[in-house]
Amino acid sequence: MLLRHTPKEVKEREGLTINPAKTCQPIGAMYAALGIHGCLPHSHGSQGCCSYHRSTLTRHYKEPVMAATSSFTEGASVFGGQANLLQSVETIFSVYDPEVIAVHSTCLSETIGDDLQQITKKAGDDGKIPAGKYVIYASTPSFVGSHITGYANMVVGMTEQFAVSTGSKKEQINIIAGWMEPSDMREIRNLAQLMGVKIILFPDTSDVLDAPQTGKHEFYPKGGVTIEELKSTGDSSFSLALGCMSAEPAAVALDKKCKVPFETLDIPIGLSATDRFIMALSKTAGVKVPSVITADRGRLVDVMADMEQYFHGRKVALFGDPDQIIPLTEFLLDLNMKPVHIVSGTPGMRFEKRMQEILERAPYANFRNGMGADMFLLHQWIKNEPVDLLIGNTYGKYIARDEDIPFVRYGFPILDRIGHSYFPSVGYSGGMRLVEKILGALQDRQDRDALEEKFELVM
Amino acid sequence: MNKAAVMDTEKITLLEGRQHQVYEKKQGAGEVDISCDKTSLSGSVSQRACVFCGSRVVLYPVADAIHIVHGPIGCAAYTWDIRGAVSSGPELHRLSFSTDLQEMDVIYGGEKKLYRSLIELIDHYQPKAAFIYSTCIIGLIGDDIDAVCRKVAKEKGIPVMPVHSEGFKGTKKDGYKAACSALMKLIGTGPTEGIGKYSINILGEFNLAGEAWIIREYYEKMGIRVVATMTGDGRIDDIRRAHGASLNVVQCSGSMTTLARDMQEKYGIPFIRVSYFGFEDMSKSLYDVASLFSDRPEIMERAKEIVRNEIRKYYPEMRKFRAALTGRKAAIYVGGAFKTFSLIKALRTIGMSVVLAGSQTGNKDDYRSLKEMCDEGTVIVDDSNPVELSKFVLEKEADLLIGGVKERPIAFKLGVGFCDHNHERKIPLAGFVGMYNFAKEVYESVMSPVWQFAPRKGGLR
Repeated sequence: MLLRHTPKEVKEREGLTINPAKTCQPIGAMYAALGIHGCLPHSHGSQGCCSYHRSTLTRHYKEPVMAATSSFTEGASVFGGQANLLQSVETIFSVYDPEVIAVHSTCLSETIGDDLQQITKKAGDDGKIPAGKYVIYASTPSFVGSHITGYANMVVGMTEQFAVSTGSKKEQINIIAGWMEPSDMREIRNLAQLMGVKIILFPDTSDVLDAPQTGKHEFYPKGGVTIEELKSTGDSSFSLALGCMSAEPAAVALDKKCKVPFETLDIPIGLSATDRFIMALSKTAGVKVPSVITADRGRLVDVMADMEQYFHGRKVALFGDPDQIIPLTEFLLDLNMKPVHIVSGTPGMRFEKRMQEILERAPYANFRNGMGADMFLLHQWIKNEPVDLLIGNTYGKYIARDEDIPFVRYGFPILDRIGHSYFPSVGYSGGMRLVEKILGALQDRQDRDALEEKFELVM
Repeated sequence: MNKAAVMDTEKITLLEGRQHQVYEKKQGAGEVDISCDKTSLSGSVSQRACVFCGSRVVLYPVADAIHIVHGPIGCAAYTWDIRGAVSSGPELHRLSFSTDLQEMDVIYGGEKKLYRSLIELIDHYQPKAAFIYSTCIIGLIGDDIDAVCRKVAKEKGIPVMPVHSEGFKGTKKDGYKAACSALMKLIGTGPTEGIGKYSINILGEFNLAGEAWIIREYYEKMGIRVVATMTGDGRIDDIRRAHGASLNVVQCSGSMTTLARDMQEKYGIPFIRVSYFGFEDMSKSLYDVASLFSDRPEIMERAKEIVRNEIRKYYPEMRKFRAALTGRKAAIYVGGAFKTFSLIKALRTIGMSVVLAGSQTGNKDDYRSLKEMCDEGTVIVDDSNPVELSKFVLEKEADLLIGGVKERPIAFKLGVGFCDHNHERKIPLAGFVGMYNFAKEVYESVMSPVWQFAPRKGGLR
């Protein structure tokens, strides 16, 4: 029992996190930046940060992840990291030749007081940025927020620093992707295409972190939103931000800079959230919902109905990131399940407010986010009120094993299974995949535990 | 619209400023003079990590201590149970503890938070000791973690060790040193009665996939007592009495040589460097230890017997692997240079040649020795990057890449076999059985049918 020491009694802890349900900003910024075509993310800090982020993303995606580092030394911490960053810009353009460098800060560079705006401007003034190439930046101090905040900040960076309003509007809609898998981003594009809506999706990590085997190491894989597309987001007629925490800040920034109105939606996970997404897309683009999509919806409802008896009243503990937890909680409720414990290490008022709305249907639920909301707390809650299912990233496997709970992997990071980068969980077909996974876990358990005479062939 | 594959890795030139970290052994190439021990060039896509990483990997396997990462959450999150350093008992090391510093802590200091965290944790888990890792910003915000550690140690009556591992203060090697100095403070604080003359400490063995157990068993079979393994399956009480051993046997040159030197200076304990990879080096490490206890010839006798029996056990299988793998080529890019030496020999045992040999942390002597060992045409690199690695793997037509987590997907994208010789090994690669496992893993990966489907080999037909 790996977690044998977790006591049942919940005591308020003072300033200590045990087994976190979040990580730090920079990895989110790195992930977002990988969703720009031809972009090399750059970590302005110690070498270790960059190495850890790349390793974690590699473990999650089983893909090479390229990013550069300022390689801070003692000198940099005394004199500031400007020289390191200027040197980096020069090195990167001369050797790795990206279209754009997306710089994010770290706790170290933020504490020293490096000003990324000023340094990147200086790089431009000094002629270190070749014509037609770009350096964008986002401030991502690790001691504020979480990886979700870092993702949001980098997406804000790409809108603020690329979007231009030429004065003539284009018939296109921006879809700002909250933190989701490459498979999900691909599915969003598919859905828009089926609807006949021209969209700019950003960031877009499909074809970057789910790249095919080619026999070559593609330093810049073919996917990602292009710079031209990012520039044109300022001329789009409307933005749909998928996720109040990871996507909305960029929509706000774009509205402010280029007067592009927006609506914030939940990431379309599960039936209700997908309904809202499809209807919003239909309304803003003035298109009808095609029958292939309504048929898909029908299939999801059908499978929910077919297996309804297996979901009813089953208790679920759930942990992970805000924009995924919100619609997932709603979906569990739509399935007639009971999300009794919900934890996220990510702080945020928008998140809390949205969860309050969703949890009006589940007044019994324990929900906590931000400080003190870690896996240790979740485990204690589960000890006090056991559950039938645990949903969350790979780190849930300790609790699942110790408490012998069926476990569905969902979220970031998933270090021990594949599938998340290839099979979407958004949209109606994504909903079906979730249903299949949840049901599979519950029914496998039922089979495992069934007495011989109750061991059923037909379920 | 998308510009496919902006860079063709096969045509890439070396990173400017990196010419001195790459060397190709060929006639007229001159002496090897690789500049190493230096931090990576700003802006490079380096495969290296930081000081904190070095300290964390060395101390991590101590299983009955709590390991608190003092800083923002990331450093704790990324090092949470990622290394399969197995414990036979307590598993406190597999949990993740962090002070999770917030903006206010950065402004007003994190000492109080650290103090409270320590008290809470020690009360709750009753550990044998605590290690406090300082991360990048701790030095900058002026937290006196030494003072906090002293205070808590006094109040709680257990050793509370500060580990000065601010990420930017050097390279991963400096992290090893910080870890060694924390261990050095523990050593000498425990009783040594009854340990006896025929005793050793195993240093630089982290019990990945249970490797330390295998090694320990060999030595114990020889009639030698193992006082402490540092730090694989490590226990605080063993470490505290490690100064009672007669000899330090050091594996993994980079991480623990400092500790061995310090123990030699302070306690007069001699040390030898060994490697447990491959039949050749594994046998040598048993003989070398035995020869230092020559007043008991039976120790050498038993060492010979172990070697004989083990090799007899695995030799027939090895011949099969060798027959299949002869002529195949390998590229090696691992953490320490010492490991590279062993791997070259181990690969030769199974008929494979090495076309690229590199490390993250080798020193000048290491690279000179590497040159001696390598064949003509072998490329030697220090602190390499994915572009270089891809370039050489393709140019030299390697069939196998040996590396760590970041190298694995590169090998697979290129369509060559891979063997993890780092944290993520799933089977023991040390010892005689380890050589067999290694050969088997290499064989299975290199001979996998999957490579024939790679587009580079023809693709859809």
